[in-house]
Amino acid sequence: MTFLSYLITGISLGSVYAIIALGYTMVYGIAKMLNFAHGDVIMVGAYICFFTMSRLGELFEPGSLGAMVVPPLAGTILAMVVCTVLGVVIERLAYKPLRQATSLAVLITAIGMSYFLQNAAQLLWTSNPKIFSSVVGTGKVELFGGQLGISHVTIVTIVACVVIMIGLTLFTGKTKMGKAMRACSEDKGAAQLMGINVNTTISVTFAIGSALAAIAGVLLCSAYTTLMPTTGSMPGIKAFTAAVFGGIGSIPGALLGGVLLGIIETFAKAYISTQISDAIVFAVLIVVLLVKPAGLLGKIMPEKV
Amino acid sequence: MKALNKTSRSNFLTYAGVIIVFVVLQAVMAGGGLSSMLKGQLVPICAYVVMAVSLNLTVGVLGELSLGHAGFMSVGAFSGVVAAVSLQDAIPFVPLRLGLAMVVGAIIAGVAGFLIGIPVLRLKGDYLAIVTLAFGEIIKSIINNLYVGLDGRGLHFSFLSDTLELEEGGRTVIGGPMGVSGNMPISTFTAGFILVLITLFVVFNLVNSRSGRAIMAVRDNRIAAESVGINITKYKLMAFVTSAALAGAAGTLFAMNYSTVVANKFDFNTSILILVFVVLGGLGNMWGSIIAAAALTILPEALRQFSEYRMLVYAIVLILVMLATNNPQLRAFFAGIGAKLRGRRGKDSQGEGEASHE
Amino acid sequence: MKKSRILSLAMAGALCIGLLAGCGSSNDSGDAQSPAPATGSPEVSGTPAGDTTASTSGAAFKLGGTGPLTGAASIYGLAAQHGAEIAVEEINAMGGIQFELRYEDDVHDAEKAVNAYNTLKDWGMQISLGSVTSKPGEATSVYNYQDRIFALTPSASSTAVIEGKDNVFQMCFTDPNQGMASAQYIAEQKLGSKISIIWKNDDVYSKGIRDTFVAEAETRGLEIVYEGTFADGNDTDFNVQLTESQKAGADLIFLPMYYTPASLILSQANAMGYAPKFFGVDGMDGILTLDGFDTALAEGVMLLTPFNADAEDEATQSFVTKYQEKYGDIPNQFAADAYDCVYAYKLALETAGCTPDMTAEEICNKLIEVFPTITLTGLTGDGAGITWDSTGAVSKSPKGMVIQSGAYVGM
Repeated sequence: MTFLSYLITGISLGSVYAIIALGYTMVYGIAKMLNFAHGDVIMVGAYICFFTMSRLGELFEPGSLGAMVVPPLAGTILAMVVCTVLGVVIERLAYKPLRQATSLAVLITAIGMSYFLQNAAQLLWTSNPKIFSSVVGTGKVELFGGQLGISHVTIVTIVACVVIMIGLTLFTGKTKMGKAMRACSEDKGAAQLMGINVNTTISVTFAIGSALAAIAGVLLCSAYTTLMPTTGSMPGIKAFTAAVFGGIGSIPGALLGGVLLGIIETFAKAYISTQISDAIVFAVLIVVLLVKPAGLLGKIMPEKV
Repeated sequence: MKALNKTSRSNFLTYAGVIIVFVVLQAVMAGGGLSSMLKGQLVPICAYVVMAVSLNLTVGVLGELSLGHAGFMSVGAFSGVVAAVSLQDAIPFVPLRLGLAMVVGAIIAGVAGFLIGIPVLRLKGDYLAIVTLAFGEIIKSIINNLYVGLDGRGLHFSFLSDTLELEEGGRTVIGGPMGVSGNMPISTFTAGFILVLITLFVVFNLVNSRSGRAIMAVRDNRIAAESVGINITKYKLMAFVTSAALAGAAGTLFAMNYSTVVANKFDFNTSILILVFVVLGGLGNMWGSIIAAAALTILPEALRQFSEYRMLVYAIVLILVMLATNNPQLRAFFAGIGAKLRGRRGKDSQGEGEASHE
Repeated sequence: MKKSRILSLAMAGALCIGLLAGCGSSNDSGDAQSPAPATGSPEVSGTPAGDTTASTSGAAFKLGGTGPLTGAASIYGLAAQHGAEIAVEEINAMGGIQFELRYEDDVHDAEKAVNAYNTLKDWGMQISLGSVTSKPGEATSVYNYQDRIFALTPSASSTAVIEGKDNVFQMCFTDPNQGMASAQYIAEQKLGSKISIIWKNDDVYSKGIRDTFVAEAETRGLEIVYEGTFADGNDTDFNVQLTESQKAGADLIFLPMYYTPASLILSQANAMGYAPKFFGVDGMDGILTLDGFDTALAEGVMLLTPFNADAEDEATQSFVTKYQEKYGDIPNQFAADAYDCVYAYKLALETAGCTPDMTAEEICNKLIEVFPTITLTGLTGDGAGITWDSTGAVSKSPKGMVIQSGAYVGM
């Protein structure tokens, strides 16, 4: 039974990684850049949601249906809107001028952007942690006569992950814009020659990625309730690891990588040592990459001679 | 000057530049014209310069992105401190003790580089980057759980929990998460300067040797290099291990400048910071790395007048510099100046090859 | 490609020139803008603290400190800075001894702390508030010792900060002191017999308390049934540590850590339906004032803390009110310790008869003599007063507190 409960803990931790990794992998797959500021966009989204919820929460009677539904929903939607705008603005100002530059130059700019967002958040919202109240309440579903509990946040996160994954897969596979994205990811020059507006396509990618970041931020903070200006950075790095683990650029890979990472981390803590659980997670990652050099579900691009 | 070829001349200018800066700084310091803030930064700047130049060997010359360079610095820092503490009684002469500690730091970091390099260098691009990041985190995690003590019977090691059971008069050198405490700072600016010169010497000689050309051939086109019989693994490892060893020496220099060091200092953010030096200074350009490392180390300190907006300004400066250096118009403008200068100086062109990182 | 290199060189060069220019001017502007209390509050309007002339005329003691003002640890640094600012404002308004306070950012890093210390030294710091956190404190205290600048740190609690340095003093309990006191308290009050400890594996503070707690628990016959750790980047999910504690049958969980992870532990234990006793240390103080924290979660949590923002006494009340007016938060123990530090300096400087025109070394020598003799009635002294011994360690009694209906109640 403890095994099962650890498995559930692992899955709930992993689903949070997965939802962040989806945004990462989306941007990487199309724009071919590691957007290190992604974790900080998550943080911004969580703050927006936090403030909306605490402002709107006052308007409703505590405990009423309105108080349970309206503020969280409004908070999430507003967070998505703000993050989308933020993502597009960041892309226009900081990344677009570097379209022709080396990928390393873009990476450093993204890191600069990450510092910027963190420090701006600290100045705006102070470094005192805020306690986020979960958007779906703190209840849980009990199984086996109460021996196992799965919190509502976990269920919502997993459902959201799967829905987003399917949505993204369909979007990139079926729609015109999605096809344009895939074309850009394969060859920007050729895509342009085919009449695809590369700049618009990449902007749309960032818009989607940032909206996903907002959802991830809300769910991350619903599950682990402290919110600080640095909240996004470590989960961002872990999610990046998860995305690589699953095969970066692959949408189902991000989900798989995230969930596996969460489970490995939890099991390492439970059955080996809490002190070196991080080292174990990274060691597993290394082994996997040595066996499958493009991640679990990644495509190996044969080198052309 | 005519007798020297262009790379030698560029290298010679780099050495000369470093020496001139050192002499000028020493002179200013002797005259008391240097603030304590700048004086206190000289040793860390030297350490960061060595870190940047050595990372440039991996990223610029070998063409592989490493996000875990601080891990090697960490290995060098802690093994160097252990060596220095162990030799405290045996070698009272401080510069020699520091030098030996750096050698030990370099050797152990080099060994770590070798062990890590064998699996890592089979990977490519971003996968290699993430694996170096992973190794950096693993090193941090291991040192956070490592206990090293010294007593009359020699060195003792334990892992995960403090079971050293030292004799009377023994001393814990590395205390797990407490890191090193009560260390005697012995690094000096002169030592840092010498390490920078040695680093440049090693890197320039490697780059301009037959091996160096092989390394660059691997970077530019792995398949072509392999087809002309270059042993890829060997040359990749050569560059990677040299880079790790130099980082280890820099780690020792850095650690011996403070009374305390913790493993968390050498985390992902430090690796990134050093990568920023390299990219800003220009891939493959050692002189650029030196300037960028020095400038970006002083920058946050010089921005103290902005008080709480300091790191915000730092981030903005970083973004603007990256945008400006990669802006086509600005580039064209500077290229125009460059062309004029070249026109005056004759057919002089830039030094070693440029990395293309697409 | 080549052009980009020329360009980057040029940019780097431009940056350097800008920096040098910045360095040159930073000294002057530092003086001009540094006096932190000059924030327009009516209390200070009569004092010359905001004036550049104050720093040169020798009318005020130059008091400097480093702490994390940005980054993840900045809650502690900013709290200390704010607490000290309020004290300086009050003291300057009283007339008599005048202070000029300057805090510099060290991002909770030893290297940056030394830089910050050197900046303060260039500014002409005469007495120092050391560093706010332990590791930076260890690094700067070496320089305090070398340069003979007296230091009284509000909260750098590891023993290495004061060890072997005659002029570095602490306002907070040392970590071993707290671990010991906690184990004693638990044993004497029979709060629990099977104890689980969750501590932060990459934190000096947490590790220091844990080590002595374990040693003391052993001598007092307390059984430690489980130990779990966490580290930076791994500090959000405590389900495993809590489940293991529960499995091991722990009836008390000892939490030597700051309040941010502690708040997560409390809420996750609650979600699991696991309700052991929780026992915290001074880092737990502040948990009740977290924005949005459901204080019901902390019901029954015990902690040792030198400061209680809910205390009824006038001094605490006036401090809390001022702090809230000025910074919008409720002060924690870092703020209170820093506030006490400034008052301790006032008392010591008056007792020693120091004047602002003395050099740092002269002041230092006098303070070393005076500090072990003074008794300060501060916010963190629990009425009994705060004293120091000549090693620099503080002696004050920690308050055992238990949280009931969202407020501290003395145990």
